[in-house]
Amino acid sequence: MSKKYDAGVKEYRDTYWTPDYVPLDTDLLACFKCTGQDGVPKEEVAAAVAAESSTGTWSTVWSELLTDLDFYKGRCYRIEDVPGDKEAFYAFIAYPLDLFEEGSITNVLTSLVGNVFGFKALRHLRLEDIRFPIAFIKCCAGPPNGIAVERDRMNKYGRPLLGCTIKPKLGLSGKNYGRVVYECLRGGLDFTKDDENINSQPFQRWQNRFEFVAEAIKIAEQETGERKGHYLNVTANTPEEMYERAEFAKELNQPIIMHDFITGGFTANTGLSKWCRKNGMLLHIHRAMHAVIDRHPKHGIHFRVLAKCLRLSGGDQLHTGTVVGKLEGDRQTTLGYIDQLRESFVPEDRSRGNFFDQDWGSMPGVFAVASGGIHVWHMPALVAIFGDDSVLQFGGGTHGHPWGSAAGAAANRVALEACVKARNAGREIEKESRDILMEAGKHSPELAIALETWKEIKFEFDTVDKLDVQ
Amino acid sequence: MPFQSTVGDYQTVATLETFGFLPPMTQDEIYDQIAYIIAQGWSPLVEHVHPSNSMAIYWSYWKLPFFGEKDLNVVVSELEACHRAYPDHHVRIVGYDAYTQGQGSCFVVFEGR
Repeated sequence: MSKKYDAGVKEYRDTYWTPDYVPLDTDLLACFKCTGQDGVPKEEVAAAVAAESSTGTWSTVWSELLTDLDFYKGRCYRIEDVPGDKEAFYAFIAYPLDLFEEGSITNVLTSLVGNVFGFKALRHLRLEDIRFPIAFIKCCAGPPNGIAVERDRMNKYGRPLLGCTIKPKLGLSGKNYGRVVYECLRGGLDFTKDDENINSQPFQRWQNRFEFVAEAIKIAEQETGERKGHYLNVTANTPEEMYERAEFAKELNQPIIMHDFITGGFTANTGLSKWCRKNGMLLHIHRAMHAVIDRHPKHGIHFRVLAKCLRLSGGDQLHTGTVVGKLEGDRQTTLGYIDQLRESFVPEDRSRGNFFDQDWGSMPGVFAVASGGIHVWHMPALVAIFGDDSVLQFGGGTHGHPWGSAAGAAANRVALEACVKARNAGREIEKESRDILMEAGKHSPELAIALETWKEIKFEFDTVDKLDVQ
Repeated sequence: MPFQSTVGDYQTVATLETFGFLPPMTQDEIYDQIAYIIAQGWSPLVEHVHPSNSMAIYWSYWKLPFFGEKDLNVVVSELEACHRAYPDHHVRIVGYDAYTQGQGSCFVVFEGR
């Protein structure tokens, strides 16, 4: 039915607040936590968010009538109170699938977290969750390899993988850096990692690092009889340089490279991930800058959204925080987004912060990486929280060992295997953590010394961003 | 005064992946791990290889995977039979997970020489 053009400013809610709307299976759904300016009704705020993140602008325009905007508009279909918060509320918005280019995470984010976050009628706005319809998911390539393929390539089964970031993170020459890699790997780690800050600085150009690391891996594999890898950071200033580094890693027969997906950007990440699928390369993903975006409880983007976007854009391992280490992270919330990385279906569960049922179809899973301020005493809790499909990374907890990195690595490996063995045998590893570790330390001087070195270190600060529950 | 150092020397060890850093398991401990494999609903599988080839992707199957086998004693006797037939080979037990087409558990029970 045709409409007449009526110039002027209409209230957003007249068009974009549709409480009777039943979302379609093909709609992309979003949950925003909104905090409006004083005196602005909730429905008007929520409708404004729907409008500004989809088809709307502040004034009615004649050219809207050239199309059927009702077919394209985003709609707010539900408003809910935030438990324990008087001023904020949740707005649930449904977006028709045709608003987004197939398979483009970049496009989805440009719409959903674009202009709307600077909108004046809002004091704060936070994107809490997105339900991607299966139709969109099938347009994304996702992880280049996934958990099962990575295990087969690296020959690691029945336990979490063990890694470590090379320290000091800046300032080592290529040869010295390779030495530290070798020490960690010969001590029993599966992986070592470039620190995210390492790209190609004057003290250590990337070719030089790649060559010495490849040598370290070769010798460590020969001596230990186990498969080893090092996340070679190919994050670079331009896509061309990024691909050049990736190609060189492949030339050196390296199993895995890494990328920083937020600073590098989703377009770069998706491109690199497709390259990895094509070239049989594993892809480790770092998340520098995430806390700028996800830490404030009322503004920004929750990490579960960034994690979902990464799974769609592509990566075989993603950092998720540790719950127990030096960096922010609440246990239930972390479990919630770990599910989003690894499972094929995740049900709505507010106690874990998941606002929607999420069907991942046949998309491969992503390893959860726990890294940052963890040491052997944390091992039982880490195994209990993260389970087998994870990479546990101890930086200071490896290199800080009094005998050096190789002994530190061995201590971690003994502790890990003791915890897995105890879990399989039916023991409650978190409750019995002390007994399990002390027993294991009896036949490993490296572990006994590690247990003594880090016995007092704890990071017990309150979490800034908590789940909204009463 | 003799030189005394608190720093020990870490010697690299050749290991066979999961549980390679733990002391050899007792019979009861091995039974616990096999019971775990069965309890997870995975199929027990016995594989063996000559130590000179231990990094190979494919080890030889002992017979076929024991699909749906729930009896701990059957699995133990197959492990022992494999070890008797190939006394100089590494023998490992695998918990084969048909859902992920992966190995939910995998460790060497008998080390060959």
